[in-house]
Amino acid sequence: MARSTGRKAASAPPIPNWPRPDEPERFVASRDQLLEMYRQMVLIRRFEERAGQLYGMGQIGGFCHLYIGQEAVVVGLQAELIKGDSIITGYRDHGHMLACGISSKAVMAELTGRAAGISGGKGGSMHMFSVEHGFFGGHGIVAAQVPLGAGLGFAHKYKNDGHIAVTYFGDGASNQGQVYESFNMAELWKLPVIFVIENNQYAMGTSVNRASSEDQLYRRGESFRVPGLQVDGMDVLAVRGAAKLAVEWVRGGKGPLLLEMKTYRYRGHSMSDPAKYRSRDEVQAMREKSDPIEGLKKLILEGGHADEAALKAIDRDVRDEVAEAADFALETPEPALAELHTDVLLGTY
Amino acid sequence: MPQILLPAMSPTMEEGTLAKWLVAVGDVVKPGDVIAEIETDKATMELESDDGGTVTALLVAGGSEGVKVGTPIINIAGEDEAETPAAAPAPKATMEEPKAVSLPERETPGDDNAPVAAAPAPDIAPGPTRRQTVREALRDAMAEEMRTDQTLFVMGEEVAEYQGAYKVTQGLLEEFGGSRVIDTPITEYGFAGLGTGAAMGGLKPIVEFMTFNFAMQAIDHIINSAAKTLYMSGGQMRCPVVFRGPNGAASRVGAQHSQNYGPWYASVPGLIVLAPYSADDAKGLLKAAIRSPDPVVFLENELLYGQSFDVPEGDHVVPIGKARIVKAGTDVTLVSYSIGVGVALQAAETLAGLGINAEVIDLRTLRPMDTATVLASLKKTNRMVVVEEGWPTCSIASEIMAVVMEKGFDDLDAPVLRVTNVDVPLPYAANLEKAALLKAEDVVTAARTVCYK
Repeated sequence: MARSTGRKAASAPPIPNWPRPDEPERFVASRDQLLEMYRQMVLIRRFEERAGQLYGMGQIGGFCHLYIGQEAVVVGLQAELIKGDSIITGYRDHGHMLACGISSKAVMAELTGRAAGISGGKGGSMHMFSVEHGFFGGHGIVAAQVPLGAGLGFAHKYKNDGHIAVTYFGDGASNQGQVYESFNMAELWKLPVIFVIENNQYAMGTSVNRASSEDQLYRRGESFRVPGLQVDGMDVLAVRGAAKLAVEWVRGGKGPLLLEMKTYRYRGHSMSDPAKYRSRDEVQAMREKSDPIEGLKKLILEGGHADEAALKAIDRDVRDEVAEAADFALETPEPALAELHTDVLLGTY
Repeated sequence: MPQILLPAMSPTMEEGTLAKWLVAVGDVVKPGDVIAEIETDKATMELESDDGGTVTALLVAGGSEGVKVGTPIINIAGEDEAETPAAAPAPKATMEEPKAVSLPERETPGDDNAPVAAAPAPDIAPGPTRRQTVREALRDAMAEEMRTDQTLFVMGEEVAEYQGAYKVTQGLLEEFGGSRVIDTPITEYGFAGLGTGAAMGGLKPIVEFMTFNFAMQAIDHIINSAAKTLYMSGGQMRCPVVFRGPNGAASRVGAQHSQNYGPWYASVPGLIVLAPYSADDAKGLLKAAIRSPDPVVFLENELLYGQSFDVPEGDHVVPIGKARIVKAGTDVTLVSYSIGVGVALQAAETLAGLGINAEVIDLRTLRPMDTATVLASLKKTNRMVVVEEGWPTCSIASEIMAVVMEKGFDDLDAPVLRVTNVDVPLPYAANLEKAALLKAEDVVTAARTVCYK
């Protein structure tokens, strides 16, 4: 499925003559790498399931957007980044935080609005940050993270520190004008930015082809000379292979690159989704045929990289970690009332 | 015989420098030929002749400064009248002196009428000063800070090669190069977001908006991305970006280009909002803004760019959050900011002639607002008029009046009045525009009303 722009037959545009990356190859992972990716995906899945339950119990308020089904995207991409790189995303951000290595306790406690949350309880599900982990949010306004991410790339280039920025956004965000303003500047100034469209097929309840005149979103950078690749976002090794190539391209100073990750979310847009816009069968079929965790599990077992018992042990550890995070998030206190007035400004005037 | 008058080459141009003649008496020019270079408040421009014929007289010498718009500068005889140059007036020997700023000089406080105890110290730094325009002061503030802070850069439309749409960034490209003085495409939403992201990534961006009217396309990043980040991250993530550019009405540019966004931004927690009047404050506050760890909206005014003030030499930094008593007085307090301060000072002069000694306060910072200075002045004068070049509804004036009601009620001898623009989109027609904008005579009337005089 991974294919570069313009490679297809008659209907595709001719291959432009500006430089573009080769076809990415599926990542060949070691046993440890496979198990680590498996662990991270299972952690995100179990974490999100638990968050859904806590939401149902009224312990998590407001909006809560779950990442279930999309785990391979962030896990495959993050695996190719190094400490010092920056990432930024929208409001469906829990998975990104976990993949950045941020403590599940701190994330869950933020969801329950507690002082021990990563934002001290002041951000909530959509607004979490960890500068220490290179995670710059967690942004609630659709597509706002795209120019912000280009700005993070600008900062890396300005400082000439060899790092890159990865900017995640959805298929819905890809129709916002500021995305194209960002593509233009990023290519113009050769910023080290990977733009990742997590195309989960639905912007809230609107399918891609009902909202996008060009529904092959990897082509969306073409008029800005930003090369694009379409990747099977349900296959963590395909994602990681594309990530490897993209990171090399961008870190090598060739300017930005666009990755369209074809993925799927099993749950609603948010917890208050009526789910009228797609059939139960569609979701079920996707789960059965393309689930990223089941896919990797099969590959691990069939390839003889590890046995059932080893995976079960990981499952158990993850369950314990998530249970612990949830307990912590429910027990740890809310922020002190005095915190209402802190962190508005840094300076004193 | 065609005579060419110095044309207005920008909406706010009142005078210009005739930098250089490119023709001499006796030359034959064709329509469209460039005849002179004119330096305006914004740029050096070429003046073309609309007529063809022979140059019979240059009425203004090359190099003349302060030539008023509308001054006859050259006589060109048409082909059929080329032989009759005698009618042309002789070139003027002396040019009109370039006129200084038309606003009243600041009065120094401490005259006989000043109260003994409550007399505020004149808020002017001692030491050597030099006469500078607001435009130059802003440029110097940026240049000085850029010399010491390598993370500081300027981005915006036409800030580099064009030298700034209003010449505020003049010379910066030459000194700091294209990696720190960056021309952007016309893409406010995008570059405001990119600048904000760069601030999150550890840099110190100055994002210039050609005017704040265009920043409305970018306001999401100013408010949602910049102002709220520190709070939403529980204090983890800083966003030290300065958004600056001209704000408020300019001159005859109509409704979409004439608006004061002070009240909009001043209502947002997490932002610092500055709106200086004088060049010294423009410089000192811009330096403070650049050094601030918080996101700053810095509102300039196009009509003030060319006005000159005394600016202290050296590292002149003005504290954020401190109002300035521009003129001390005893009978009524006029509170204003930005270009309104000039109007208030004009009114104060008229009021002095009527025996009313007005105190003029320049807020300088709109958020966090120095209400203590406002209330202290009210305690002294017991009367207040708020003067604002902007709409009256939900304005800075509204805010001041609310603060005075809450905290200064017992000091009031009359209701606080506000004098603002008229509550309509700014019209284009000269007479209507004049009628819509803030006027000193209305301030005088309001001050007399609250003084019952």
